[in-house]
Amino acid sequence: MATSTSVPAQAGTEAPVRTPGGRRWGRLVGRQPIGFLFAAPYVLFILAVFAYPLGFALWMSFHDFFFSAPGVAVERPFVGLDNYVTVLGDPDVQRSFRNIVVFLLINVPLTVALSLVLATALNGAIRFRTFFRISFYVPYVTASVAVVAVWLYLFNTRGLVNEVLGGFAPDPSWLVNSTLAMPVIAIYVTWKQLGFFILLYLAALQNVPKETYEAAAVDGATKVQTFWSVTVPSVRPATTLVVLLATITGANLFTEPYLLTGGGGPDGASASPVLVMYQRGIEQGNPDVAAAIGVVLVVGVLVISFVNRYLLERD
Amino acid sequence: MKRIVPAGLTGLVLLAGVACGGGGGESSGGGDAAAATGPIDIWYSNNQEEVAWGEAMVEAWNAENPDEQISAQEIPAGQSSEEAIAAAITAGNAPCLIYNTSPAAVPQFQKSAGLVNLDEIEGARAYIEERTGDKAEQYVSPDGAFYQMPWKSNPVMIFYNKAMFAEAGLDPENPPLATHEEFLATSRTLVEAGVATHAIWPAPSSEFFQPWFDFYPMFAAETDGSLFVEDGAAQFAGEEGVAVAEFWKTIYDEGLAGREAYNGDAFGDAQSAMSTVGPWAVAVYGEDIDWGVVPVPTSAGTPAEEVVTFSDAKNVAMYTACENQATAWEVLKFSTSEEQDGALLEMTGQMPMRQDLPGTYAEYFAANPDYEVFAAQAERTVEVPNVPNSIEMWQTFRDAYSESVIFGDVDVQEAFTGAAEDVDGLVGQE
Repeated sequence: MATSTSVPAQAGTEAPVRTPGGRRWGRLVGRQPIGFLFAAPYVLFILAVFAYPLGFALWMSFHDFFFSAPGVAVERPFVGLDNYVTVLGDPDVQRSFRNIVVFLLINVPLTVALSLVLATALNGAIRFRTFFRISFYVPYVTASVAVVAVWLYLFNTRGLVNEVLGGFAPDPSWLVNSTLAMPVIAIYVTWKQLGFFILLYLAALQNVPKETYEAAAVDGATKVQTFWSVTVPSVRPATTLVVLLATITGANLFTEPYLLTGGGGPDGASASPVLVMYQRGIEQGNPDVAAAIGVVLVVGVLVISFVNRYLLERD
Repeated sequence: MKRIVPAGLTGLVLLAGVACGGGGGESSGGGDAAAATGPIDIWYSNNQEEVAWGEAMVEAWNAENPDEQISAQEIPAGQSSEEAIAAAITAGNAPCLIYNTSPAAVPQFQKSAGLVNLDEIEGARAYIEERTGDKAEQYVSPDGAFYQMPWKSNPVMIFYNKAMFAEAGLDPENPPLATHEEFLATSRTLVEAGVATHAIWPAPSSEFFQPWFDFYPMFAAETDGSLFVEDGAAQFAGEEGVAVAEFWKTIYDEGLAGREAYNGDAFGDAQSAMSTVGPWAVAVYGEDIDWGVVPVPTSAGTPAEEVVTFSDAKNVAMYTACENQATAWEVLKFSTSEEQDGALLEMTGQMPMRQDLPGTYAEYFAANPDYEVFAAQAERTVEVPNVPNSIEMWQTFRDAYSESVIFGDVDVQEAFTGAAEDVDGLVGQE
C-alpha cells in the first residue's frame, strides 16, 4: 500500500522559501545542526585514537617503515604487497592465526552458552542473587596480571588442579602442553569475561515481556522448553552482540599468552596474532610487518563478524 | 550498526592519505648540540644498588658543575628497558645518557638515528679503547664507529647451593661440574636425592634474551670465545653449538630442568640447586644461601681459569635528542672514571669494563673475595654480536632452541641449521 508522506501547508502559515543551496545544506546538517556539536567530541575521539592509527597502520603495511627519531630524513619506499607476502609466508604468523581460530571456537560458544544460562538463572528468583551477580562480575574487573598469577598456581605441574586429578593429570602439564595450552587460555578468558556478558544478557532479559512466559506456562511448557522457545529467541539481538564482542575481543588476545604461557609457549602453541605483532613491531623493530599482520587480522575479524551477523540475524 | 563499517572504511581510506604525509623531513642537525654545554637528563636502571650509585654520582657531579646540572631518573617502566628507550627515541624525548643500554638493542637504536656516533667526539674513541682495552672491539658497529660506551659486565657463572649439594652427598667445596658429563651426573644426583625439584631451572620461556642465560654462556665456553655470529655467518649450528644444545636437551629430557616457568625465583626459593647468574647474585643470595660459584661447563672440562662466558654487559649510550652533548660527554667520562667505576663496583658488585680490573681494585677484591672469581671471569667474556636485526636474530634462534631443545619436537641439528640460514639472511640485511 502506497502512503503519501507530503504534509500540506497549514492554513494561515506560509511555507518558508528555500533556495537550492539552502536545501542541500538542510539535507546535510538536518533539522538540528546543534547535534553535530554534541557528537563532535566523540567523533574527534574516534578519529584520533581509532581511525588515524588504523589508517596509518594501513599505510605502514605498504611501505618499508621503521621507527626513527623525529626530524631525521628517512627513506620509506612503497613496497607494494611485500610485507603481506612476508606475513602470509611466516610459519609463526600462520600458527598464531590457527591458534586464534582454536581459541575462538572454544571461547565464543562457551561464552554465549554460559552467560545466557547464568543470566537466566540470575534473572529468576534465586537466593543470594546479589552475591552471585557480584561473584561473576569480580573476575571481569580484576587486573589480568593478578588473576593470571592465581591460574598459574592452579594449572602448573604441581598446582591444585593436578593435585586433584592425581594420575589423570596431563603430561606435559596444562600450560606447557602444546595441545592443551590454548584451550586453557580460552577457558580462562571465558571465565574472566563472563560477568560482562552476563550483564548484557540480564539487560536483554528485562525486556522480554512476561506475557510470553505466562503464555508458555499456560500451554504447559517445561522450564527447558520455555528457555529454548521463549528466552533464546527473545534475546537474539543480545546474542548477536555477545558473539560479535566475544569474537572481536578474543581476536585481540594478548595478555594471557604473554603472561600465562610465558610469551606464547610452549613453542608458539599459544601465540596469538597480536602477540606476534608485538614481537615483530615493538621488540624486533619491524612495525611495517606488524602493521600487515594487524590489517590481515582486522579483515579476518570483519569477515567473521559479517558471517556471524548473517547467521544470527536471518529469519 | 550497519552504517558503521562502511563509514569506518571510508575514513580509513581518507586518513591513510593524510598519514602518507607523515614521517620524513629534514634532520634537525646535531652540529650545535655537539658543542653545546648546559643541563642534561640521564636515566639509569631501577635496581636499588644502581639507583644508589647513580644518585651519588649525580650529586658529586652537580656539586662541581653548577652550570651543567644533571637531572636523573630511573628508566620509565615498560615491558622492558629497550621498549621504553625505543619509544623515547621515536618521540624525540630520550635523555642525553642512558646507563642501561643493552648491546643487543644498539643496532636497532642506531638504525632509528637515536644514537650519537661517539667517534665524532674528539678523543672519545681513544678514551674507550684505553679504558676497556681489546674487548672494546666487540662494541664497534658494522660502520666501524662506537655508538655505545662499554660500561659494566655481569659475567655469567654457575651459582650452587652448598647445603643442597651436601645433602645429596656431593662435595660442596669441589663439586663435579666442569664437564657436561659431570654436570649431568651431578644434576641427576641432586634430583634423585630429592633435595630440589630440578637441578637447575633457567626460564624456558620464549623471550629473545633467554639464550643469554642458558645456551650462549656455554656456547662461548665450548668455542673458547666465539661470537654468536662472525663475519656475517651464524656460528651456533656447528659441532660445538649442537653439542651444547644436546647437553641442554638431555637436561630437559631427564627432568633435570623445568619445561615450565617457575613463578618466582627458583634458586632463591630452594626449588633448584643451581642457577646461571652474574656477580649481582652475591648481594641477592649472599646472606640467605650458603653458595658456591663455578664457571659454566664445557664438554672437555676446560680449566676454570680459561673458561670464557657471556658478559651480560650493559653500556652507556648518548642519544641524539640531547641538546648539550659536550656536557653529556664530560659526564660520561666522569661517570666511567677510575673513581666512579670503583664506586660502582663497591655499591653494586657489578664489574666495570676496564682493563686489569683485579689489579686496579686489588684492595677491594682483597676485602671482598666473593667477587674475585667474577672479576677474573670478567676478563674472559664475549658479547652479543653487533649486527643488523639483532633482536630478530635472537628471537629466531630462541624459537629454534625452544622447539628442538626444550620441547624436543624437532631434531636439534635440523632446527639449528634452519635457524642459522635465517640468521645469515637477517644479519646480511642493511
